[in-house]
Amino acid sequence: MEQKEIKKVLLLGSGALKIGEAGEFDYSGSQALKALKEENIETVLINPNIATVQTSEGVADRIYFLPVTPFFVEKVIRKERPDGILLSFGGQTALNCGVKLYEQGVFEKYNVKVLGTPVRAIMDTEDRELFVKKLDEIGVKTIKSEAVETVEDAIRAAEEVGYPVIIRAAYALGGLGSGFCDDREQLVQRAEKALSFSPQILVEKSLKGWKEIEYEVVRDRYDNCITVCNMENFDPLGIHTGESIVVAPSQTLSNEDYHLLRELAIKIIRHIGIVGECNVQYAYDPDSNDYRVIEVNARLSRSSALASKATGYPLAFVAAKLGLGYGLFELKNSVTKETSAFFEPALDYIVCKIPRWDLGKFHGVDKVLGSSMKSVGEVMSIGRTFEEAIQKGLRMIGQGMHGFVENKELIIPDVDKALHEPTDKRIFVISKAMRQGYTVERIHELTMIDNWFLERLRGILDTAEEIETYSRLEDVPEDLMRTAKEQGFSDFQIARAVLKKAMNDDPDRMVLEVRALRKKYGIVPYVKQIDTLAAEYPAQTNYLYLTYNAVAHDLDYNDKGRSVVVLGSGAYRIGSSVEFDWCSVNALTTVRKSGWRSVMINYNPETVSTDYDMCDRLYFDELTFERVMDILDLECPHGVILSTGGQIPQNLATRLDEQHVNVLGTQPKDVDNAEDRHKFSSMLDELGIDQPRWREMTSLNDIYGFVDEVGYPVLVRPSYVLSGAAMNVCSNNHELEQFLKLAAEVSQKHPVVVSEFIQEAKEIEMDAVAKNGEILIYAISEHIEFAGVHSGDATIQFPPQKLYVETMRRIKKIAGKIAEALHISGPFNIQFLAKDNDIKVIECNLRASRSFPFVSKVLKINFIELAAKVMLGLPVEKPSKNEFDLDYVGVKASQFSFSRLQKADPVLGVDMVSTGEVGCIGDDTYEAVLKSMLSVGYTIPEKNILLSTGNAKQKVDMLDAIRCLYEHGYNLYATPGTHSFLTDNGIPAIKVYWPSESDKSPQALELIHEKKVDLVVNFPKSLTQGELANGYKIRRAAIDFNIPLVTNARLASTFIKAFCNIKVDDIQIKSWDEYK
Amino acid sequence: MQDIKKASIVLDDGTVFHGKSFGYEASVSGEVVFSTAMTGYPESLTDPSYSGQILVSTYPMIGNYGVPRRAEKDGLSESYESEKIHVSGMVVCDYSYKYSHRTAVKSLADWLKEEHVAGIYGIDTRQLTKILRERGSMLGKIIIDGCGDVEMNDPNKRNLVEDVSCREVITYGNGGKKVVLVDCGVKHNIIRCLLKRGVTVVRVPWNYDFNTLDYDGLFLSNGPGDPDFCAVTVENIRKALGGDKPVFGICLGNQLLAKAGGAKTFKLKYGHRSHNQPVRQVGTDRCIITSQNHGFAVDNNTLGSDWEPLFINMNDGTNEGIRHKSKPYFSAQFHPEADGGPTDAEYLFDDFIKLL
Repeated sequence: MEQKEIKKVLLLGSGALKIGEAGEFDYSGSQALKALKEENIETVLINPNIATVQTSEGVADRIYFLPVTPFFVEKVIRKERPDGILLSFGGQTALNCGVKLYEQGVFEKYNVKVLGTPVRAIMDTEDRELFVKKLDEIGVKTIKSEAVETVEDAIRAAEEVGYPVIIRAAYALGGLGSGFCDDREQLVQRAEKALSFSPQILVEKSLKGWKEIEYEVVRDRYDNCITVCNMENFDPLGIHTGESIVVAPSQTLSNEDYHLLRELAIKIIRHIGIVGECNVQYAYDPDSNDYRVIEVNARLSRSSALASKATGYPLAFVAAKLGLGYGLFELKNSVTKETSAFFEPALDYIVCKIPRWDLGKFHGVDKVLGSSMKSVGEVMSIGRTFEEAIQKGLRMIGQGMHGFVENKELIIPDVDKALHEPTDKRIFVISKAMRQGYTVERIHELTMIDNWFLERLRGILDTAEEIETYSRLEDVPEDLMRTAKEQGFSDFQIARAVLKKAMNDDPDRMVLEVRALRKKYGIVPYVKQIDTLAAEYPAQTNYLYLTYNAVAHDLDYNDKGRSVVVLGSGAYRIGSSVEFDWCSVNALTTVRKSGWRSVMINYNPETVSTDYDMCDRLYFDELTFERVMDILDLECPHGVILSTGGQIPQNLATRLDEQHVNVLGTQPKDVDNAEDRHKFSSMLDELGIDQPRWREMTSLNDIYGFVDEVGYPVLVRPSYVLSGAAMNVCSNNHELEQFLKLAAEVSQKHPVVVSEFIQEAKEIEMDAVAKNGEILIYAISEHIEFAGVHSGDATIQFPPQKLYVETMRRIKKIAGKIAEALHISGPFNIQFLAKDNDIKVIECNLRASRSFPFVSKVLKINFIELAAKVMLGLPVEKPSKNEFDLDYVGVKASQFSFSRLQKADPVLGVDMVSTGEVGCIGDDTYEAVLKSMLSVGYTIPEKNILLSTGNAKQKVDMLDAIRCLYEHGYNLYATPGTHSFLTDNGIPAIKVYWPSESDKSPQALELIHEKKVDLVVNFPKSLTQGELANGYKIRRAAIDFNIPLVTNARLASTFIKAFCNIKVDDIQIKSWDEYK
Repeated sequence: MQDIKKASIVLDDGTVFHGKSFGYEASVSGEVVFSTAMTGYPESLTDPSYSGQILVSTYPMIGNYGVPRRAEKDGLSESYESEKIHVSGMVVCDYSYKYSHRTAVKSLADWLKEEHVAGIYGIDTRQLTKILRERGSMLGKIIIDGCGDVEMNDPNKRNLVEDVSCREVITYGNGGKKVVLVDCGVKHNIIRCLLKRGVTVVRVPWNYDFNTLDYDGLFLSNGPGDPDFCAVTVENIRKALGGDKPVFGICLGNQLLAKAGGAKTFKLKYGHRSHNQPVRQVGTDRCIITSQNHGFAVDNNTLGSDWEPLFINMNDGTNEGIRHKSKPYFSAQFHPEADGGPTDAEYLFDDFIKLL
């Protein structure tokens, strides 16, 4: 080891989860911190993402919940004086920040050594021109591209290489601002936008149809290199690798192909001089062995997290050790614990990564997949055949699909087009096309997907069609049923293939019948280990999956009743993300500490809970009823914990209970009492607890009747959504009709729930843990926005700063009654509305909520540890501390990823649209708000602000804040209504016109296009979203031109007052432990 | 789809796995060995070192990219490692009837049938591998339903080298320097690697006394089975070691060179057959990932005082190469010529050529 002088290391995290930068960096960072800890190195972490595992107690020695920006990082360096810094574990955010600090000479100034890959090498990979030059030096082919800084030059460059071309923004996260252009018009449009994100864009020849292959490469300072894994994209080049189904190892490469690219990868990593890990992406011509290097990521990446999970090789852990100066030969294979870390894993299974999209949540969003990433999460499935893995994976993405076949009929007006222009439904379109008789060749022509994949998918359909010839389960031949299971069919798929529509009568029972029948035939899955060496050496690994392509288990199952099984949260999606990973990990740790065998089931490669070090047994497998029962049949556990993984495990409560599974904590029947709207409502009535009036109705007439009673606006939740958001607020008859006619169905079969929508009410949350119906600990927090913004999008402060003591007391009392009535033992969350001390309950979840890590870390009491102890029946004491003792404030702010979601209207409503969050602590609300807003990408405006402050009420509400801006010398631009309001109130502003008044100037849009404003404040006038409205155009332009945008009056006012009251320089650089 | 026959694989210890036939329909026996390589089945199947063996692939899906065309150039196969398939049988978890690759001209199944080689799929090859790992490589047989039984046949009891070596002297290329290659079952890529470096290769049979020839360097090839059968070769090598012309050996060549230098070999419990074997060059920080296929190894403790280990396996510490302390003699237990497998060690050919 070289760097003995390194005693203290700073690690940069990646901040809030966003599209293109998600949970994988919690995993990488946690691994790196673990590696440093093993060396007794003191660690300092900067990451405002309070819900992560890496920002938990004991992972790093000091944690700063501060923005990962050069400004704040330098301040932390000045204070902490670390010897070394790690830049490659926090995604593009940390890397970009590191490069800037290097350029500013900060590392030199404070004598901080960059560990691992030198910054020069990082810059060689990040700047396309340098990159191409670097690879030219060793004769490695890159994509011919030209870097340009103006739109004119972009046009010239495109004409030189010929259309179609792709343009990319330099220094951008996961392909932000990239896109294909078939002609000049498209090019101009994209180039303008991309240049607003990045000073430089690249124009290059498009290689559509080539295969996309990646290698994960590791190098130590002795120049020893390995490729840990290669991966092949199911989709050809042209679809961002984050948007593509990916398999590992490659399936259609011959030995020659595989090693040609492997050898190149090693040549590249040596030449660039990486120390640690990097990822090399290739385009590979299916008709020759021609290739191009697409890019090299000189850092841990989404792919490296996937490769770690796919192979069992802990890339981030090893990369951190290599950064400290170790050689690969000095490290051990952490799975076998006997063999060396200098080796290349041999897989005896296939993994399949499938992206999870949530495009349905966004109004107006472009659903076509391309070179820029839109997915919000991913799953990894493991099988011993491609069919098994892909069908598992398609269930795991959690969008109501049962696999490749036997899904609800998809309505595709133009199948040819849908195959040619892939959307988030691409694989199901293939399924449909095959059903319609499209040949593999025809589908290949339209999609350019390799025939091998298509043939294997065709094989799944062949089996389905064979099963469909039977109409009674017991008639299906045993061999056929076995083949189906080997191809990854679920019991549900088999039942549906046989029973067709009759299935719908009682699907749960039919599934159990298939289960019983196949068990009778002895068709059961077997448990296999992931051991990195394909069984060549014995391994004590606890990393497991299930397969039907086997005849024996790798484990002995003879000790029953020793396990406690914790169900994880599945794919990250909008509404369920890293916070449930934190909860799962804490539940596992508590289970382990209390002497039970901790068992995890989860399939999200981005998580820490799927790190096999975190538990005694990890089943990297489905969270379906069928698979969970398969595992429980083997484990015969003491019990299962369903309440720490979000809604997916919770949804299994009743069915597991029916199978006599011991669900620990709050009992499934009580869960049902809380989740069933009718039962819960009548319980509240009995307890004398108020709730907003609501009714479930089956006709438009009934709805009008109800609206007459409660008045507009109302919240409408259809049970069957045709398109768009799952719920909506309607303010008048017109909006109600529009929504119900265009977006949803109202019928006997599909009732609609309508509730009164209370305006200008405060929304309050309570997170708590109870034991036998008695609350042990609680945290009440307050939304900054008024009710109407989804709690997942709202800015939340804890402890509350503006609630009446009376309100708090009453909330506590109501929660106590509910806890008692539902016999809660474990975590729960209740959401309240409060208006003038009038309190109504809007929702109650008998499980951990999104805000558990936030309140646990601000209060410094681990709610999940306490809840897990309760569920395990261990003695617990009521903590003596409560939120009234805190001398500081925590603020949780949401991260939006609208910039990646082309055309989506960036407004907040009753449905959640944020992709991540941060939580920062300050001495008062303003400081905490400022820290957290800066952490999610806002900047303090320098000079010019564009205002359109919505309706009359909102205008009045904003007046104080706007006056502050004026007093602080900001130039205010305002759209006509806002302008006249401000003028009337004595605030000077410059009038600008709406896009619809295109003949007048100055135009609001021009200000944005020319980047003349530093902040856009724009409130939608009503609660429903008119897609083509003026406001939409302004909001969208702000996003597209990367100008901070605020769309909520209460948040805007708080943010403005915060930056007017506190200078950025006055923000305190205090670590978590300094808030006492 | 054609009628698929049921088949099974029976191990010497009585273990039976049931599956289906995809190759030639005749029962066969041999030594059952496993390989953890994830690609390269055409290369493995034609590697003469696998002669007499039933090859189990731990990678579950095999056949995906079909089989390339048989083509020869200057007397060498272009995409295979020899003229024919050498394994006796192939065992896989999932055979891919459909294949897709620009170079493919037929399916793996068709090729096996053409060359009269049995294939069985539907086998839990991980479980089978674990048995081989725990109990050591074993004899076994593939029984195809309706094709009768066969006797267990131990290939290590016969001289497999004799079966696979060339019968006469063959000369390749016309470079300045002349390398005599002793063919104990040489992989064609070894010859290709030498020719690429501009030498003339004189390929001689395993028992040919090359000391009668005039040459600049001696190359000892890979080959199947127990090195003890090659006493003649060892004797010839020993004579050559009396001189000072450069010697380079690969795989069996490493074992024969070691024996000529006085060392002993032994049979590994289950051998090294994979593309991911880590080796370290002794006394350096240089580590490489290597392609391997051997069941026997040189015993480091028996090396004579003039010899020293050149490479060591980082997983189990076994010998991966030796060198003479003063003369230009060295060898590698692994396959620097790769095909299939990683190409990290190809520099050893350069080292050899430089010595000529």
